[in-house]
Amino acid sequence: MSAKLARRDHRAAWLFLLPVTAVILLVAVWPLARTFYFSFTNAYLDDPSAYSIVGFDNFIEVVTDHSWWIAVKNTLVFTVISVAIETVLGLAIALLLNSAIPGRGLARAAILVPWAIPVVVATKMWEWMLNDQFGVINKILSGLGLVDHGIAWTASSSLIMGVVIFVDVWMTTPFMVLLILAGLQLISPEIFEAAEVDGIPAWKRFWSITLPMLRPAIGVAVLFRVLDALRMFDLAYVLAASNENVMTVSIYARDRLISFQELGVGSAASTWVFLLVALVAIIIIGVLRLDRATGA
Amino acid sequence: MASVSLQSVSKNFGTHAVIHAVDLQIEDGEFVVFVGPSGCGKSTLLRIVAGLVAPSNGVVAIGGEDVTEVPASRRGVAFVFQSYALYPHMSVARNIGFALETLGLAKDVVNQKVLAVARMLKVDHLMDRRPRELSGGQRQRVAIGRALVRQPEIFLFDEPLSNLDSDLRMEMRLEIARLHKDVKTTMIYVTHDQSEAMTLADRIVVLNQGRIEQVGTPRELYHAPDNRFVAGFIGSPRMNFMSVSSHMAADGPQIAGAGHLILALDASADETPVAEIGIRPENLRLVDQEEGRIRCILERVEDLGHEHFGYCRISDDTVWVIRLPQAPLPDRIGKPAGLDFPASAVFAFAADGRRILSAGLKDQAGEASLP
Repeated sequence: MSAKLARRDHRAAWLFLLPVTAVILLVAVWPLARTFYFSFTNAYLDDPSAYSIVGFDNFIEVVTDHSWWIAVKNTLVFTVISVAIETVLGLAIALLLNSAIPGRGLARAAILVPWAIPVVVATKMWEWMLNDQFGVINKILSGLGLVDHGIAWTASSSLIMGVVIFVDVWMTTPFMVLLILAGLQLISPEIFEAAEVDGIPAWKRFWSITLPMLRPAIGVAVLFRVLDALRMFDLAYVLAASNENVMTVSIYARDRLISFQELGVGSAASTWVFLLVALVAIIIIGVLRLDRATGA
Repeated sequence: MASVSLQSVSKNFGTHAVIHAVDLQIEDGEFVVFVGPSGCGKSTLLRIVAGLVAPSNGVVAIGGEDVTEVPASRRGVAFVFQSYALYPHMSVARNIGFALETLGLAKDVVNQKVLAVARMLKVDHLMDRRPRELSGGQRQRVAIGRALVRQPEIFLFDEPLSNLDSDLRMEMRLEIARLHKDVKTTMIYVTHDQSEAMTLADRIVVLNQGRIEQVGTPRELYHAPDNRFVAGFIGSPRMNFMSVSSHMAADGPQIAGAGHLILALDASADETPVAEIGIRPENLRLVDQEEGRIRCILERVEDLGHEHFGYCRISDDTVWVIRLPQAPLPDRIGKPAGLDFPASAVFAFAADGRRILSAGLKDQAGEASLP
């Protein structure tokens, strides 16, 4: 290709990239930069135009706040437990759906239903089902004679994290199933047949063939879910507003920003959330070597 | 080593019948090739032997023992797949030795066996590579090594050479033949390529639409096909066919076809009327129009260097291929010509495709008969 042609090609490429670059600048880079900027100021939400630069004071204020660390702990507990359960459950269901069982087409469609329901609706639905007086769960449990009076699932400080994790598992396991199932279907069935003829026992087929070959798919699914879980806001907020037992880092940032009107400190908290998510993402990508595994 | 026997084995996928009551006996140490067009059920039949597909009906026996209900892992078979089906995340060494890992052998025994097989297949310098870092031929060798290391009673090959280019295919074909000579294990080999079947097989099983058309040695299938399908499938270029009609002439029965073809039949002729005749390209001779038994126009010549093929148009919808001893003069191309052949080279078929053995074709006087 001549130099002139190559130049024309490059120009065309940039032209095609222009719209999406503009959109990203507008909806991602600009707000992020503004948040970052405000986190170094003492601005308040009622009048964001009046502020002065305060350096790292806001960042220090956040990390010296006891509530922030409770939120971090809640977020990590929620992320680790919910993603772990979703991964194991997702893998199990995907393996089940991948085998030639009758009616699996229907099962595959049905399993997507929880994922399709808006978070707020699903949360409210479970909140009602788990209601201590009128909830269907308590009704069933007492009907079976397992409890003698209704359990206050969402009011009890020791149970509410369990409820949040449970609802999240219910909602997002389908996502895991879908990603892992896609990975499973990429593996040639002849590889399993080869192992079968070779007399490899089922457990070894699973450990030595299925799991290693699914690593990229599971890795990507876990990465997506962990990043989602780390900035989880809606589920806990709808269920318990700012209840400290399930307050996540996103809820903490929202409280500082909206409830306390502290634009500066709220932005600093948001930046911490961003850094936390970025750090975890880098660790996961590094540990699972996703960059290399997917390129294989 | 073991014999294989299939007794009225059939297979339906839903309402679609893929294999129709197949009976087959394969002797210990034999190299049998299943050949047929795509969709004829040859791979399914192989998978039934392997235990990867359960037959809908019938009995599969290996070494005289009914194994119809026995899982693939305990049939003593090894399977080489068209896609090689290597484990992509394992090294060559582990791919070959993986099946031995669960047998409770000592590590150095496994390593020795793996190395011996790798040496035999000339992949011992690739032991640490992953399958994706190998060429097609090397992958195929590793796949064969994986089968070989288990010392199976029966080797099953499912189109193992289809993904290789033609040079490599020839080379691997020779190696598989040598392998069979060395290990003397029963082998069943599936291919759609009749030349692979002809060169490798002790016996060929020709399959068509889930039925066995004929079982025989390569020679038998070539020289004495049972029916039109086998006659047309075995041999390259394929046999030339022409529809004919039988009628009674003044001097006895005869058959007639395109290109002024008239063949006299003698009184010993079978009752079944001849509906179609076939002649192999190598049994035809290009002559002048008036000397030929069939009139045609030499349309085109292919010069492959060591052999030459002529394409002769006999009628609007009939073009016959003829193997020529040397390239004809260019001025014959596009001109009328004749085709001559000995009566013994003519295969006669009934309307249902069956071959008529005693069609009673009369030899013409002075004609050289085929060897």
